[in-house]
Amino acid sequence: MSALRADAAVAWAIARKDALSELRGRHAAGSTLFFAALVLLLFGFALGPDSRRLAEAAPGLLWLAIVFGGLLTVARLHQLEADDDALDQLARYPVERHAIYAGKALAGLAAMLVLGAVVLPVVVILYGVEVGGAWPALLATLVLGAIGFAAVGTFYAGVTVRMRAREVMLPLLMLPVVAPLLLAAVKATAAALGGDPFGELGAWLQLLAGFDVVMLIAGGLTYGHLLEE
Amino acid sequence: MKTRILGAVALLAVIAAAVNALLIVPADLNQGDAQRIMYVHVPSAWLGYLSFGVTALAGIGYLWRRDLRLDAVAVSAAEIGVMFTAFAIWGGMMWGKPVWGVYWQWEDPRLTTTALLLALYVGYLLFRRLTDDPARRAARAAVVGIIAAIDIPIVHFSVEWWRGLHQRATFGSPDKLLNPAAPAQFVIALVAMVVAFTLAWAWLMIRRYQLARIEWQIEEHGRLGRISAARRAAVAPQAPAAQAPAEEAAP
Repeated sequence: MSALRADAAVAWAIARKDALSELRGRHAAGSTLFFAALVLLLFGFALGPDSRRLAEAAPGLLWLAIVFGGLLTVARLHQLEADDDALDQLARYPVERHAIYAGKALAGLAAMLVLGAVVLPVVVILYGVEVGGAWPALLATLVLGAIGFAAVGTFYAGVTVRMRAREVMLPLLMLPVVAPLLLAAVKATAAALGGDPFGELGAWLQLLAGFDVVMLIAGGLTYGHLLEE
Repeated sequence: MKTRILGAVALLAVIAAAVNALLIVPADLNQGDAQRIMYVHVPSAWLGYLSFGVTALAGIGYLWRRDLRLDAVAVSAAEIGVMFTAFAIWGGMMWGKPVWGVYWQWEDPRLTTTALLLALYVGYLLFRRLTDDPARRAARAAVVGIIAAIDIPIVHFSVEWWRGLHQRATFGSPDKLLNPAAPAQFVIALVAMVVAFTLAWAWLMIRRYQLARIEWQIEEHGRLGRISAARRAAVAPQAPAAQAPAEEAAP
């Protein structure tokens, strides 16, 4: 039990450090949020100006914006350390590898939640989406989707951090893996907004939760291999 | 020599099974000759899945034993798997056009899953290409291969649900022909093709593995050559400078 508590403390310390350096360096995080909002504006140009069509496509566009913004977000997870030559120090940190992974994933989750909190209102405003009583379901989808994206993103950011052409390799490796997450999140969002006429919301949320659990375990078990050398 | 015999047997088996499937077995009543695509489509898809399973297992083995030969197995299987998977998708599209009327049927979960599968392993191969250090490449490729393999069932489930949670209709996918009611001739032709293709797969795997070992040796040779060249370059200009203080110190 105390081992678990020690791991949690390590994870919290790493997440806190990442969040602090992100907040103090501010510019990068802010521009990612602006990028995601800009993507939503461009989707409007691509599909508009028919507002009914935009409202219909809103769940898919919302999650595409989160995925695109999220790619930039998770790319930064190890980049700060790589830029400052601090990855080796992180790797030599004498604690459980999965605790480091948990810390990084936690920092990623925080950034993804901020992204979601910015993108969701933009979608509601730009595409004329009627949310009504769907807030709790939407928030649940957003949180579960953010956890899964952070779990996978932390892993692939670690895979690609010191390689050539990582800007293109990160999305290339990550997008097919998060395809089920995208699919389930879009379906859950659409079900939540549409009042869930087929009673499928629960199933999609379960799929999202299952994805999160599987990827967190897989990432935690394999992350140590990314830090070594 | 043994590999050569295996290759010859595989070649003969593929020819025999292909002649049987193309010329001897009668055409399907509903689909006509288009149904014959199934005889290459199903074995290709099976070998794609088999290859990716081998890649994941070899990756786990590598992380456990740290043996670069297992990494050679992993890359061989991934490359051959990508080839067979692409072939399976291509065959499926050729079959889909006359039977479904479209090349791409979004409602077929197997097609969508297989497309994502192909993307996962093309990414895996590109990733390997961009990492130079053999040990680092092997370890990272191993975890990428393992995560990809874990993702496949999730992809399959999600796509299957996506087609419609409330309707569970069965579409006329080629594998459905393999039900017990199918004429024995079709089944035998398909099984013969699967066996022949699997033999060819084994031959390709051995050859690709040998090639991977040679590639690795060349890579190693080049690295050693660069190291010794760098050492010579570092030593040569310093040689006179190193002698000078020695002469001064002599008296």
